Amino acid sequence: MSDILVSEQSAAGASGRPAGRLLEVDDLRVEFRTRDGVAKVINGVTYHVDAGETLAVLGESGSGKSVTAQTIMGILDTPPGFVTGGQVRFHGKDMLTMSAEERRRIRGEGIAMIFQDALSALNPVFTVGFQIAEQFRVRRGLGRAEAKKRAIEMLDQVKIPNAKGRFNNYPHQFSGGMRQRAMIAMSLALDPEVLIADEPTTALDVTVQAQIMDLLAELQRERQMGLILITHDLGVVADVADRIAVMYAGRIVEEANVYDLYAKPAHPYTLGLLNSIPRLDEKGQQLRTIKGLPPNLMNIPPGCPFNPRCPMAQPVCREKIPPLLQVGAGRASACHFAEELVNRD
Amino acid sequence: MTENILEVRDLVKHYPVTRGVVFKKTIGHVKAVDGVSFDLRAGETLGVVGESGCGKSTLARVLMNLERPTAGSVHYKGQDISKLSGGALRRLRRQIQLVMQDPYTSLNPRMTVGDLIGEPFEIHPEVAPKGSRRNKVKELLDLVGLNPEHINRYPHQFSGGQRQRIGIARALALRPEIIVCDEPVSALDVSIQAQVMNLLEQLQSEFNLSYVFIAHDLSVVRHLSDRVAVMYLGKIVEVGTEDEIYERPTHPYTQALLSAVPVPDPTVRDNKAIIRLTGDVPSPVSPPSGCRFRTRCWKAQDVCAEQVPLLEIRRGSDHPSACHFAEKREIVATHEA
Repeated sequence: MSDILVSEQSAAGASGRPAGRLLEVDDLRVEFRTRDGVAKVINGVTYHVDAGETLAVLGESGSGKSVTAQTIMGILDTPPGFVTGGQVRFHGKDMLTMSAEERRRIRGEGIAMIFQDALSALNPVFTVGFQIAEQFRVRRGLGRAEAKKRAIEMLDQVKIPNAKGRFNNYPHQFSGGMRQRAMIAMSLALDPEVLIADEPTTALDVTVQAQIMDLLAELQRERQMGLILITHDLGVVADVADRIAVMYAGRIVEEANVYDLYAKPAHPYTLGLLNSIPRLDEKGQQLRTIKGLPPNLMNIPPGCPFNPRCPMAQPVCREKIPPLLQVGAGRASACHFAEELVNRD
Repeated sequence: MTENILEVRDLVKHYPVTRGVVFKKTIGHVKAVDGVSFDLRAGETLGVVGESGCGKSTLARVLMNLERPTAGSVHYKGQDISKLSGGALRRLRRQIQLVMQDPYTSLNPRMTVGDLIGEPFEIHPEVAPKGSRRNKVKELLDLVGLNPEHINRYPHQFSGGQRQRIGIARALALRPEIIVCDEPVSALDVSIQAQVMNLLEQLQSEFNLSYVFIAHDLSVVRHLSDRVAVMYLGKIVEVGTEDEIYERPTHPYTQALLSAVPVPDPTVRDNKAIIRLTGDVPSPVSPPSGCRFRTRCWKAQDVCAEQVPLLEIRRGSDHPSACHFAEKREIVATHEA
């Protein structure tokens, strides 16, 4: 039942009201110019997120999922990274052509980001409380005492026990899970409309991971934020995502709602990923792996970038890059044989 | 009944915590491994799971005799390896090899692959005479699925998964009986992880290897292991066959750990009961009295603070569990059956 509801919603989302889109990435292209050559890291990425929705961006290392996020936030290292095309629209306005000052105003209040490694993302020489309160002073013009009060409220909201006493602690005095909570508090301080979480729980143990994912889901519901969850973990995605965009070699290869994607992947790469997870019912058997390695981004194979590793590859795959096309309601795949994949039993 | 190739008894490893620079004073001990016993049988894989700081990696170092245990013993075929030194220890090292977690830092960047994999032969020249070494290395490269012609390349020319294969080839060079794998696939991407896991399984059946497989990823451990030991704060809290641990866990910590594993199937997400553990793992410098898990346990009673629960078979269960109130509980399995 819930299955049907979700797919209807995303079908409506895919067809109508592009004007109301919160954040849209449109045909984004980024390359890294290095001494050894030009690496085409992002080759036309398009996705969007709406209020109250969780979009999971799934991909392995080097697929470009984090670079996309960095480009959205405007924290791409230039050089070596250069945006060579496309748009990032927030409320319909292209952020890539804005002035630095306009962009700065969106960061924090419009879009905020949390990072994988909280220990290196927090400044070790300031207290955690100071780093959160700083935003209220700089961006909201609050006084020291008022900012401190608000920062303690934030720490309280992310369920850090004894928030008042913890205000004056330095990041190294926090445990891994607490640091991640502090970073969530910091990113939510200015009440952003979109939160980008880049591998927020990868460095954490499973029991702590469950706590943090719960917290994120709860805060998102309360604030009706759009959440972009960047991860490589197929388990976490299944737990929290509404929609999933799968990335490979700087492209979106499949986009679908979470139930459709796990039930019937429409791209051989997604299928391969799902098959690579160890499963109970196949214990003792070999895992069905994806053969080979991801392509070198300085030398992406012609045609479909996945073709050298694809069990379904045909001559056409080596010649034509498959565009990301609709296959059924609210889902899209960049494979010449997507229809066959979806229609198989 | 197969023979035990490794018998570990009451293994303890404490690290002193010191204060002061000139006049060092010991002010306490980090009780990294605190009374661990298990057997490893020939040809089997023993999985060791636990969260960071539970002592898994210290256990690996002590098993390898890279660290001397504070107390307890490690018997390899009846010989206590923690007491060995010099030539006897060197001879024994041939039999137990290690695959490390991080393929980026565990390979010397200035050595070629040929030198890296051939290095064990320098230390144990009796295994391969000098003239045959290059061929041996090429055989090993082929065995782990790398191109033997890449023998003169450097580690940075390989991807993460390929580097882990180099690490495995190096561990295999001396034809050991036991390989201790310390998080061998946790730094790798899903698709590459599966390739390396398949390789480990294939090598095991080819050379009748015994693995001690240390990892924090419960589904990876389940796939590879015959038996599993769950560690918490320096102690084994539950041990049993893969089925006993994953289908019928009786220790509250094992249950919480399993319930927290994200299931890669969105259809179960609404009826999944996650046991929420509160707080963090206590410091191993001053672990709680009695049962170490009691500070986070929902079943804790007075007796848990007073008595250390022994790792023994409890009523209504078929495998050892270190809990005064061990009992079965329905949990959602890590994958659909």
